[in-house]
Amino acid sequence: MSDFPWLTLLIVVPLVGSLVTAFLPGGLAKRVALGVSLLTLAIGVAAATQFQTGSGEQFQLAEQHSWIPSLGVSYALGVDGISLALILMALVLAPICLLAAWHDLDRRQTASLAASAEDETVSTRSESTYFALLLSLLPFMVGVFAATDVFLFYVFFEAMLIPVYFLIGLYGGERRQYAAVKFLLYSLAGGLIMLVAVIGLYIAGPGGSDGFLVERLTGLEIGGSTEKWLFLGFFIAFAIKAPMWPVHTWLPDAAAESRPAVATLLVGVLDKVGTYGMIRFCLQLFPEASQWATPVVIALALVSILYGAVLAIGQVDMMRLIAFTSISHFGFIVLGIFAFTSTAHAGSNLYMINHGFSTAALFLVAGMLVARRGSTRIDAYGGWQRVTPVLAGVFLVAGLSALALPGLSSFVSEFLVITGTFQRYPWAGAIAALGLVLAALYVLLLYKRVMTGPTPEIVEGEPTLLRGDESAQREQDLPYIREDLDEGVRAGRIGLVADLSWREKAVVAPLIASFLILGFYPAPVLDVLNPAVERTLDLVGVSDPDHAVPASSAESADASTNGSDH
Amino acid sequence: MHNQLMVSLVGEGGAAAASAASGLTAWGWLLVALPLAGAALLLLGGRATNSFGPLLATGLSWASFALGAAILVAMLGQDPAERAAHLDLYEWIPAGGFELSAGMLIDPLSISFVLLVTFVGSLIHVYSLGYMEHDPDKRRFFAYLNLFVAAMLLLVLADSYLLLFVGWEGVGLASYLLIGFWNHKPAYATAANKAFVVNRVGDIGMALAIALIFATFGAVDFATVNAGVPDASTAALTAIGLLLLLGACGKSAQFPLQSWLGDAMAGPTPVSALIHAATMVTAGVYLIVRSHAIFDASPDARLVVAIVGAITLVYGAVVGCAKDDIKKALAASTMSQIGYMMLAAGLGPVGYAFAIFHLITHGFFKAGMFLGAGSVMHGMNDQVDMRRFGALSGAMKITWITFGLGWLAILGVPPFAGFWSKDKIIEAAFIGEGWQPWVFGLTALLGAGVTAFYMSRLFLMTFHGKARWTDDVHPHESPATMTVPMIILAVGSAALGLVMVLLDFPAWLEPVLGHHEHEHPVLPIPVIMGATLVVVAIGLALAWFRYVKESVPTTAPKGSLLTRAAREDLYQDQINSGFFQWPGILLTRSLNYADKAGVDGALSGLAAGIGGSSSALRKVQNGFARSYALTMLAGVVVFLGALWVIN
Repeated sequence: MSDFPWLTLLIVVPLVGSLVTAFLPGGLAKRVALGVSLLTLAIGVAAATQFQTGSGEQFQLAEQHSWIPSLGVSYALGVDGISLALILMALVLAPICLLAAWHDLDRRQTASLAASAEDETVSTRSESTYFALLLSLLPFMVGVFAATDVFLFYVFFEAMLIPVYFLIGLYGGERRQYAAVKFLLYSLAGGLIMLVAVIGLYIAGPGGSDGFLVERLTGLEIGGSTEKWLFLGFFIAFAIKAPMWPVHTWLPDAAAESRPAVATLLVGVLDKVGTYGMIRFCLQLFPEASQWATPVVIALALVSILYGAVLAIGQVDMMRLIAFTSISHFGFIVLGIFAFTSTAHAGSNLYMINHGFSTAALFLVAGMLVARRGSTRIDAYGGWQRVTPVLAGVFLVAGLSALALPGLSSFVSEFLVITGTFQRYPWAGAIAALGLVLAALYVLLLYKRVMTGPTPEIVEGEPTLLRGDESAQREQDLPYIREDLDEGVRAGRIGLVADLSWREKAVVAPLIASFLILGFYPAPVLDVLNPAVERTLDLVGVSDPDHAVPASSAESADASTNGSDH
Repeated sequence: MHNQLMVSLVGEGGAAAASAASGLTAWGWLLVALPLAGAALLLLGGRATNSFGPLLATGLSWASFALGAAILVAMLGQDPAERAAHLDLYEWIPAGGFELSAGMLIDPLSISFVLLVTFVGSLIHVYSLGYMEHDPDKRRFFAYLNLFVAAMLLLVLADSYLLLFVGWEGVGLASYLLIGFWNHKPAYATAANKAFVVNRVGDIGMALAIALIFATFGAVDFATVNAGVPDASTAALTAIGLLLLLGACGKSAQFPLQSWLGDAMAGPTPVSALIHAATMVTAGVYLIVRSHAIFDASPDARLVVAIVGAITLVYGAVVGCAKDDIKKALAASTMSQIGYMMLAAGLGPVGYAFAIFHLITHGFFKAGMFLGAGSVMHGMNDQVDMRRFGALSGAMKITWITFGLGWLAILGVPPFAGFWSKDKIIEAAFIGEGWQPWVFGLTALLGAGVTAFYMSRLFLMTFHGKARWTDDVHPHESPATMTVPMIILAVGSAALGLVMVLLDFPAWLEPVLGHHEHEHPVLPIPVIMGATLVVVAIGLALAWFRYVKESVPTTAPKGSLLTRAAREDLYQDQINSGFFQWPGILLTRSLNYADKAGVDGALSGLAAGIGGSSSALRKVQNGFARSYALTMLAGVVVFLGALWVIN
């Protein structure tokens, strides 16, 4: 079975499924799309059972075929622990997002999101195309993480922009076209810079008909300014994707204008290509330059952590708020990657997985609220805990995951990043820890404004939709912080709303289960990640700083506890 | 010489190797699992569990108590040196250089806490059956109570700092949920947020302490840390100690992170009794005592702990004198009493055992008084203003007597519980050399007098003097579900101190804390005891003259400058708001503006500039192609440049 093309299958099945879906009628299309995503997940799980954590090879389930030999390009796929974990996360999130998007194009919700008259076109857009596009993200997500040929990676990296562009630009909110183009321009700019570096890397490498293979480009010892330029070429592209301060500004627009399911896949999975790329390409191919750039990257990561969190506190729009929390969290991931300790590095890798589920819960649950109220503005809510108690509980759990409450998965990864960073750069660790308080603020203030306070008055008929003038106020800044201090949560009038449906519970349940399972028992995932972490740090050529207390005394203590345990 | 003593203490006590849990102790994980299962069932089960949920939660809490008591009995049958048991659960976090198993440390210190938490906790479950009877969200309330008990037990049973931290923030979550239980009132929702956020400020200290512990020792479990302390530098140990103290200040409402506790009284009264008086807020004291190996080796860190405790005990006592809200007065008292415990913990080996001793007796008498306050509120239409109470001794006899026993206990009147525990702290505070015994000793002594004043003020204003009731109240005694727990706690308030002295409680903790030779205070013990009784009598007499002899006005008089400051918690909120909140809001606003105008603007401008059209981004369709082409052109230029660099 070892030669079975698992990874190709994981690309082909959803790709074919997506093409089929596009030509089916709407109702059937989404069922088929969901079925295909579940089938892909099953294949992914089967593939994962073939993966051996103890293997000496960097890439397993590997496939390699010559593609454009004259340019040194191969079709080469393979996974190590990091990419396998990311692929599985994507495979789990895909059916969840499809299920969450089930009624996205129903008339009422469409009308609420796309408020102005000209946007009525959205409601007439094809449901099958929407689900086909959503499903079509899957092959790109698998491919970009599985590619072990730099050029192939670049192809996936650029190609996946296309479905995202259409998902935002065709199906998003009011300013969807602005957001879509902004997303595209940022990504293309990064992509082009990377293309230059990709070609430069080939020239610097050994060349030949398979000169783009990662394994042939590893350990080149390019050195000097060339390595630095190539590093920067890749890094800038990944920083935009990640997204890091100061090239983050496309994300809040893209996330706020997207449908929740699209925002989830965009921020939760596709943006991980940025941090994944830093590990796979920046660190592995340019170890010397990576260390050279470390001080600046760490500074930028710290700025991202605090800046994203402070901005999140000040948002008036739920989706933008969630987007800014992700900027803060990506700061943690980058910090852990460039702290170069095994603890921080393992933390960052785990963070990528946990953040995917965590941010999915935030976006999707917020989306459930929006579907009921028709507004993403925070001040359109208040007192909803007594209207939809289950939804409120789930919203709180998603928020607690975002603030990294111990016991939930995000805590394990955030703690490992802070502790591992502290080991080498105590000040950086200490500054990052300030994020703990800021996270508590943005989550709890959001919960307070949306869920607590006097119960809104329920009126018969359609829920009051906020539209027209009020959505124009979006540009106005922050009257709410002040209002909040004054206890000015207003109740408002809302239409009859139902609490979570079974479909919505099915969306949320696996996410919350992942918080708890990976919070109390992250060992299985860490066991898969650890060998990859070790290899990366070996390639960079760093080892963990020593502990102040001699290992011998610590070991003897271990021995004494172990001895008494058994 | 002093140092040698401490090193030997560490050797004997701290690392007293825990044996593997066997027999009943091996089931110790059930202590946490039972209430946790209750919380999960009630929260996930939804309305289907409405009918039996509260009873089930109460039963599970008692089950946890029964198991804890059985483990205690088993432990008593063992040789003192073998009482500590380690229960290895599973491999929790294997991450590169960081390896940690989840496990429990069941020793005399943790089992003492287990019994306090489950016994008082279970009584309060019973009390809540009556107190919350008509609340529509009763099931949710009991789920949160069970969640709290589980988290608190995890906190005290954890065998590593990281697992302790899970319980630590877990109780914080339960506290947040319960303070905000009636969060349809915006002020209550704000109080809940305030508690969580201030605790999180302390938790920065906890997180960094754990990070520094890992950087120093390479592990974060108690056994490795205790064993490594002799080899660690004093600077590192002091830093760890101070960071832990920051965490303890947040959780235990110690200066300067005490501002949340008064507002936390927004929660239902049983919650105030359990979480914000008897158990959770004392977790900081537990943390310091559990980390005694670190504090033993760092006199500087210990001194800061003692100073924080001394400041808070005075601070809380002063605030307590001015509050008219019965719950807020009790909260100030809690803060002050925990200050005593912190002071004792900061005194080092002479004080650890007394800190825990007072913590346990305080858990009983303070919980009892809070339940009494709840009973009063129950009979007085949920009023809390003591200026509207008075003469309730007749209408609520059981409440009056049980509250009275708690009052005698906190005053330290012999032979009630506080006499045995608080006086020991005052004596210990007089031990030492130089200025310290005089400053700490006299502060503790003076604090006892102020405590006597404000607690007598509270007791007399509520139960004695003339009735100052509003017209619509008809005071009545509470139902048995409420009075029985009050009676049991009152018995504890009366007798527990003496019982624990007779059983030699400090010796019980010796396997954990090490043996400590008796030291002599700078004043003879009878003098200290006498002086304490005198200041207590003065405080009591003052209160009697002002609140029984003279009539109490139903609206608060303007009061002196100090009174007005104390009513406002000595302006802590105003200071916090001036120094942190407003600058924070300003920062948020300006960054938000800068992000739109500055960062985004600059990048958009750049893109537009490259595109050759200032409206490239807005006029999507026509600007796009050009800007794309030009970006590509720029890319090619960079590409050529790169080639030139390479060759």
